[in-house]
Amino acid sequence: MSAFAVRTERLSKDYVLGEGSGYGYDSLRERLTELATAPVRAVSRRRRSERAEQRRLHALVELSLTIDEGEIVGIIGSNGAGKSTLLKVLSRITEPTSGWVEIAGRVGSLLEVGTGFHPELTGRENIYLNGAILGMRQAEIRRQFDQIVTFAGIERFLETPVKRYSSGMYVRLAFSVAAHLQTEVLLVDEVLAVGDAEFQRKCLGRMDAVAREGRTVLFVSHNMAVIQALCQRGILLQSGRLATDGPVDVAVAHYLRSLEQATAVDLLERTDRSGWHDIRVSALEVTGDNGAALASGSPARFVVTLTGLQPGTTCTLTILNNLGQPVCQFASGNSSALDSSVLRPAPEGASARFVCEVDELPLLPGRYRIDVLVRGTHHTEDRIASAAMFDVEPGILAGRPVPRAGSGDVAVAHRWIVPVA
Amino acid sequence: MSLQVLRGQAAGPESAPLPRSVTRLEPSRGWVALRLDDVWGYRELLWFLALRDIKVRYKQTVLGLSWAVLQPVGTALVFTVVFGRLAHIPSDGVPYAVFALAGLVPWTFFASAVSTTALSLVGNTNLISKVYFPRLCVPIATVLASFVDLLVASVVLFAAMAVYGVGAGARILLVLPFMLLAFAAALGAGLWLSAIAARYRDVRHAVPFLLQFWLFATPVAYPSSLLAERWHMLYAINPMVGVVEGFRWSLLGSHVGIGSLALTSATSAAVLLVTGALYFRRMERSFADVI
Repeated sequence: MSAFAVRTERLSKDYVLGEGSGYGYDSLRERLTELATAPVRAVSRRRRSERAEQRRLHALVELSLTIDEGEIVGIIGSNGAGKSTLLKVLSRITEPTSGWVEIAGRVGSLLEVGTGFHPELTGRENIYLNGAILGMRQAEIRRQFDQIVTFAGIERFLETPVKRYSSGMYVRLAFSVAAHLQTEVLLVDEVLAVGDAEFQRKCLGRMDAVAREGRTVLFVSHNMAVIQALCQRGILLQSGRLATDGPVDVAVAHYLRSLEQATAVDLLERTDRSGWHDIRVSALEVTGDNGAALASGSPARFVVTLTGLQPGTTCTLTILNNLGQPVCQFASGNSSALDSSVLRPAPEGASARFVCEVDELPLLPGRYRIDVLVRGTHHTEDRIASAAMFDVEPGILAGRPVPRAGSGDVAVAHRWIVPVA
Repeated sequence: MSLQVLRGQAAGPESAPLPRSVTRLEPSRGWVALRLDDVWGYRELLWFLALRDIKVRYKQTVLGLSWAVLQPVGTALVFTVVFGRLAHIPSDGVPYAVFALAGLVPWTFFASAVSTTALSLVGNTNLISKVYFPRLCVPIATVLASFVDLLVASVVLFAAMAVYGVGAGARILLVLPFMLLAFAAALGAGLWLSAIAARYRDVRHAVPFLLQFWLFATPVAYPSSLLAERWHMLYAINPMVGVVEGFRWSLLGSHVGIGSLALTSATSAAVLLVTGALYFRRMERSFADVI
């Protein structure tokens, strides 16, 4: 039996919500008032404890797991499942509410790239600063300095202040420092989502190398393709609890199935949404030609029903494939001459519908899901990930049959000019 | 959080047993140990954070490090005109200008250290919520960065002393323990304020008022000999009283009963520092959650 690297026993983490202590800002004035009126409030003791319970968010609930040395574990789950909280506890950024954690060796966390970078300092100075912040000794940084610079590709810009860097250079440098951490345990939280495709490929390669060196890696991501490529073991979290712990394919399958179940619930009842919520999405329907099934190359219609409407409301639909990778996006705010508007006949409180019509759906056959985002003039009103799921059947696009077993996600109309012998 | 570092043996069958340090994380309750060894382990980071603050402060300013000099010198000029000439405040037998400057140099350090340290946690939100390191490093690094200003301003003070022909010979070296006392007082006040400000955001508005009041409670513009002898003990509970009078005694040779003042102030500074550190550690567990 190999030694453990990370072990948790009934780990729980609670956050207190609302304006009181915990989340948000307290002011000393409010706190003193609270203390002064405490004797009065103590009379209604029962009600107070009930209220206190409602304001607690159980980010992690009785989580017990053991991760052995050298394992590469993918941690997956919907937003709010507790993945980032777990990493924060393991990184000692926040402490457990109950239970305990044991970690063997040093921990390096990549929760965000460029932690501690200061815009006024040069690239060289920031490498040392960032490295020290991440826990590297100065000697260690000096030893790996050249490798860090080469990986990031910023040899010519070492003495320039970082505020002059392009965002791409910034991200490459930030990731490069963190990628050279020599800690026994590495925690990575979706940092690979930044940067261009070339850089992402480089990062994946680096992560792979790190994993093969025998270090323990815990990797959080929404990208199922990357999770399956990199990890052997998958841990699925749901509402702070351990839902699945096993081979990565099993965990991913369970996750996808849970997403489907989530979309079966009435959208109004779903609680995993963010935004101001003056307007909420009550339904999202995807239909094909005259109510028929959706097929590649055939017309498709997306209907988003909102609970209300304000001037300047826009709706954005993002279509993702089965692995969670975005395929295309429809944004009503990005208007064209072909768009039209319809006056809502009803009084103010009634619902409004945004309709998006596609003449020839270019998606390959398969299963897709939609994220919906509703924005008002000043802020996001409602945002739901995986609001609906739909299947696309094989069809015909521009006279050409679109088969099920193709690569990629989109079919593009084209013509071939073929030589004949 | 409560932390134990256990040294155990790895049980791998293939590899030779390696000593591994196992860290255990548990919820902490009430008062938390200071764990200064952890801070010492991160001393390189402490150094880098202080260096960052210093570099950033002066990288793009036209006058650069001379800002550290302009503030005490400028204020001393104003004090000399207002308190020295117009109000005729006594200055313990020394020219008022030097008298004021000798008080302003440590005071400027204290005021700037306390005000920047009070906001140090709030200003480093991105670090505190994303990465682990002993949070004590942040206020310590901030006070260290201000300390550099003190050293620079002291050079100007020595120059002024030479100009006015004032100086008590070898006793000048005794200014060093008083500099340390100023550091301890600033760090103590800074630890308290930074921990409170991380939790209660309105405190940041109170800091300038607090410092203004504190300035008048410190013998910067006036000598402590203005107060009746029986009040001196109470007066010296303000640690900066010991610092300022100590500066004047060691550098200018002013005739003040420095012994008892210094002792009271040193005790007061030590209490401030230790209680500040304990309070900080106790509040530390909530920093990442409230910031």
